[in-house]
Amino acid sequence: MRKYLNLCLVISLLTCGIGLFIAYADPFTEADLKKWNEAYMAAVKEGDSLFHSSKLGKNSVSCDMCHPNGSNAHPETYPKFQKQLGKVVGLRDMINWCIQNPLEGTPLAADDPKMIALEAYITYERRGVKLDPGKH
Amino acid sequence: MKERMTRRTFLKAAGALTAAIAFPVSRAEVALGQKPGEKFTFAYISDSHITQIKGTEFVRNFDNGLKKAVVEVNFMDPKPDFVVFGGDLAQLGKKEEFEHGLEMLKDVTVPIKWVIGEHDYYLDLGKYWQEKMAPLYYSFDHKGVHFVVLNSILTDDDWIHKRWPTSEERMLQMARLDNPNGSPFMVKEEQRAWLKKDLAKIKQETPIIVLSHSPLYKIFKPWNFWTDDAEQVQAILKPFKDVKILHGHVHQVLYNQMGNLTFNAFMATAWPWPYVNTYSQLPNKMPALTVPMNRADPFKERDGTGWGHIELPAGIVHHYELWENPARIVRKAPGMKQPEDTEYQSPGKRIPPQKHY
Repeated sequence: MRKYLNLCLVISLLTCGIGLFIAYADPFTEADLKKWNEAYMAAVKEGDSLFHSSKLGKNSVSCDMCHPNGSNAHPETYPKFQKQLGKVVGLRDMINWCIQNPLEGTPLAADDPKMIALEAYITYERRGVKLDPGKH
Repeated sequence: MKERMTRRTFLKAAGALTAAIAFPVSRAEVALGQKPGEKFTFAYISDSHITQIKGTEFVRNFDNGLKKAVVEVNFMDPKPDFVVFGGDLAQLGKKEEFEHGLEMLKDVTVPIKWVIGEHDYYLDLGKYWQEKMAPLYYSFDHKGVHFVVLNSILTDDDWIHKRWPTSEERMLQMARLDNPNGSPFMVKEEQRAWLKKDLAKIKQETPIIVLSHSPLYKIFKPWNFWTDDAEQVQAILKPFKDVKILHGHVHQVLYNQMGNLTFNAFMATAWPWPYVNTYSQLPNKMPALTVPMNRADPFKERDGTGWGHIELPAGIVHHYELWENPARIVRKAPGMKQPEDTEYQSPGKRIPPQKHY
């Protein structure tokens, strides 16, 4: 009998353990949040650097020359119908248009860490402004 | 030997012809009575930011802006009395950039009055400028108006002389508008003392025009739309009844009135700056009076750029010649308390491109 009771105890403990593991799959802590935010801010910093770099394009023009502090970039309005491109595009499409045209450079792949960094910086400088997707 | 038409001469002629057709020749002749002094017009070209990529290769976009302004100024009829160059001819103050810019400006058929900008100054601290263009600050009289040119883009001596390892690095730092390591513009004591002395011989009713690169009032410090000792300069100008301050640096339609001082900004030929109230993270002092220019379309290279011409001395009529946009006219006639846009000043008259920032 005792052996049976011990077995029941072990099984129920195991079940609880597994149950806890399944129900609380992502018990992130303050320390985690801090760590992840640092990783994000590193991308913002990288984007800041690229945004102000004369080497992003091929003619030494940098993004901040028309967009100091990322102003007049309107990241909160994307995706939208970009009249000049004749279709609905995302922010990174407009970033690439700028890299190719005023900066006379080579466009970045959509998943290039540099593109993500640029988006991180531009949206960071616009934090708090409400989303307004589709606005011209 | 008959001169062969090369591709270059053809393009030059075609460009001139296009400008002649496109340029709006009619200007508002405003009948402004009462004030003594002969009516006259001067033009301005400002903020050309000629940029060397390497060797003889320059940023084509900015070259195009300056070239277009020169062609259009030369088409003015009647000719302006002179052209003010509002500063920032070079992007990084390099000899090659100055020479390339001067090569284009040499075609201007009337005298040029030079105002230095920070992009011209911070590589060699005005050495080339003083040798080839003009003194850093000076005054002159023209048809009853007293003109004062100031070097308003100075800053702390420590930042100028001790902060940066090379003059190239110092120039790069000052070239960046949104630089957290920047330093505010100043006129400083030597010029203020000179200004006081210069104005001591001027009667209170004499119209005065101050030409500076940076705005002589405080709009937004992070972008140096700002002069640190603005109040002190304004105090020296306070006793005079008719003072207009014309400046570059901001690359946009911008105008304001503060007490007896009327402010007007020059357009840039190179590129537009956004309005300070488009940066959402910090407070600013955007003049409520200004009706913004149409939001620039980046797909049109010359949108948001232009030049202008100004009629004096009875009041001021400022014609903003905006490429890719209808011209704007900002006027302050005698009797008016502040400058106003002749078409859009009333809130009911605004159009979407002026609001859709």
